[in-house]
Amino acid sequence: MTDITSLSLFELIKNIKEKKISSNEVAKSFIDRSEKSKKLNAYVTENFENCLKLSKDFDNKPNFDLKLPGIPIAVKDLFCTNEVRTTAGSNILNNFVPSYESTVTQNIWNEGGILLGKLNCDEFAMGSSNETSFFGNVQNPIAKDLVPGGSSGGSSSALAANLTPVTIGTDTGGSIRQPASFTGTVGLKPTYGSCSRYGIVAFASSLDQAGPMSKDVKDSSILLEVISSFDEKDSTSIDFKRNNYSSDLTKNIKGIKIGIPKEYRVDGMPGEIESLWKKGIEYAKDCGAEIIDISLPHTSYALPTYYIVAPAEASSNLARYDGVKYGLRSSGESLIDMYEKTRSEGFGEEVKRRIMIGTYVLSSGYYDAYYLKAQKVRQLIKQDFDQAYNKVDAILTPSTPSSAFKIGEKSNDPVSMYLNDIFTVPVNLAGLPGISIPAGTDKNNYPLGLQIIGKPFDEQTVLNIAYSMEEKINYKNNITDWWME
Amino acid sequence: MTIDLKTVKHISKLARISLEEKKAEKLANDMNSIFEFIEKLNELKTENVEPLTSIAETTLRFREDKITSDNIREKILKNSPEKNEDFFVVPKVVE
Repeated sequence: MTDITSLSLFELIKNIKEKKISSNEVAKSFIDRSEKSKKLNAYVTENFENCLKLSKDFDNKPNFDLKLPGIPIAVKDLFCTNEVRTTAGSNILNNFVPSYESTVTQNIWNEGGILLGKLNCDEFAMGSSNETSFFGNVQNPIAKDLVPGGSSGGSSSALAANLTPVTIGTDTGGSIRQPASFTGTVGLKPTYGSCSRYGIVAFASSLDQAGPMSKDVKDSSILLEVISSFDEKDSTSIDFKRNNYSSDLTKNIKGIKIGIPKEYRVDGMPGEIESLWKKGIEYAKDCGAEIIDISLPHTSYALPTYYIVAPAEASSNLARYDGVKYGLRSSGESLIDMYEKTRSEGFGEEVKRRIMIGTYVLSSGYYDAYYLKAQKVRQLIKQDFDQAYNKVDAILTPSTPSSAFKIGEKSNDPVSMYLNDIFTVPVNLAGLPGISIPAGTDKNNYPLGLQIIGKPFDEQTVLNIAYSMEEKINYKNNITDWWME
Repeated sequence: MTIDLKTVKHISKLARISLEEKKAEKLANDMNSIFEFIEKLNELKTENVEPLTSIAETTLRFREDKITSDNIREKILKNSPEKNEDFFVVPKVVE
């Protein structure tokens, strides 16, 4: 039999159900490979011993009716896990051990999943390269000293390196789709309100969404089915009829209308991205889709809008880190002095920068000029999509304006780092589902992704188009295990 | 518009983040380049546009005001950097 860790989630489930392999064998294989892959720095906290124990428990009393029967899964360290340290990639939460479980991870354990460990990410999910993590840079398994994308960079790295069969990330402006694109994997951001935000360390509450990351589209459909649920504990969770995403998955997309937004042809876009997009259009046609030119006129305003809305919400959300109830405390002469020192020592540069921007745009006298203005432009961006969806069922764009870059290459210039999310941010602002699938490589053989954006709550169409195109594209990552001794 | 050092220091007070002089200068530079980029929004006329405050088009749900958790005092205090019996401890605030 081929190496267990290279199997898809679907194949693992099949093998476990047919009793060809045990949960414990699967856990051992992923743990063994993870132990040999420390150089990637994908994990912040390992849960290996407990995972082995729980896999044995599963094998002793198996339940094959579960959707993830005895499957070990590592998750982004932004999900609170009961009694397992949760850091959000920050020094300020370095010692935080939650006494409760996020709904999304609870859904995974309820279906038989077993926690393998917590994966590195940009601090409070603020970053596009995993370089803002307090726990250090993460290597992209594609090539040495290449960023894995971010903020779910530990997740994309662990997934592409076969350290976990699937994983979950969170996506506020592209944090699932961009790292998926950089590592030749699949990443889906669901519609806002699909997956509960309860127990996820908050960044920007009107944008944050959890979603699956996997080696292929079918695996994402399996995981989405598990994690998408209505939850009383999240006030913006939406109670809608969810599909059986994996069993409803079909490659038949004949007659589906796919829009191509002309505004995504941005200035300075590399020729490689342009030709990837053209190829994508041809693949979609081959799959039976009808291609329609559309316009999303406010696209170029999405990123400036995002860099008001997200920091504003972040500055409010991160006000809770005050050194009193949990997390790091630095000593100070007075209460205020303690607050200021704790937050100065506990937060990294990018997080401070965003708290400062957020505090500024919400401060007295500037609210109307910035925050209110941004909310109005956000309305225009959403209306662009509403109008486009009168004509089309989905939209096809590149996932990112470039392939993965070198560690350190953009870390001194915040604006050039922010431009990474130019194609993904509008989707969060409009609350839509979007998937990135690997679609080709650049001249260095680094992966490039295509993004499919859907109507609200229409994850099924997004998945179906991705599933159909995936077969035509037939992309395979070429990973050499260079990081192993 | 430029954000000067004085403004950066004022904002850092509001945000409760202490800031060294050298870092404040770098931060002012960064913030200026970010705001330069944000100013693009002024190209758009938005007088008659309703602000989008929530993407979920439903009104917030109400729930019954009842306790759903057991006695979790211990659990809540567990992560506190400093505690005294059943209380969080902070530096003295009253003279």
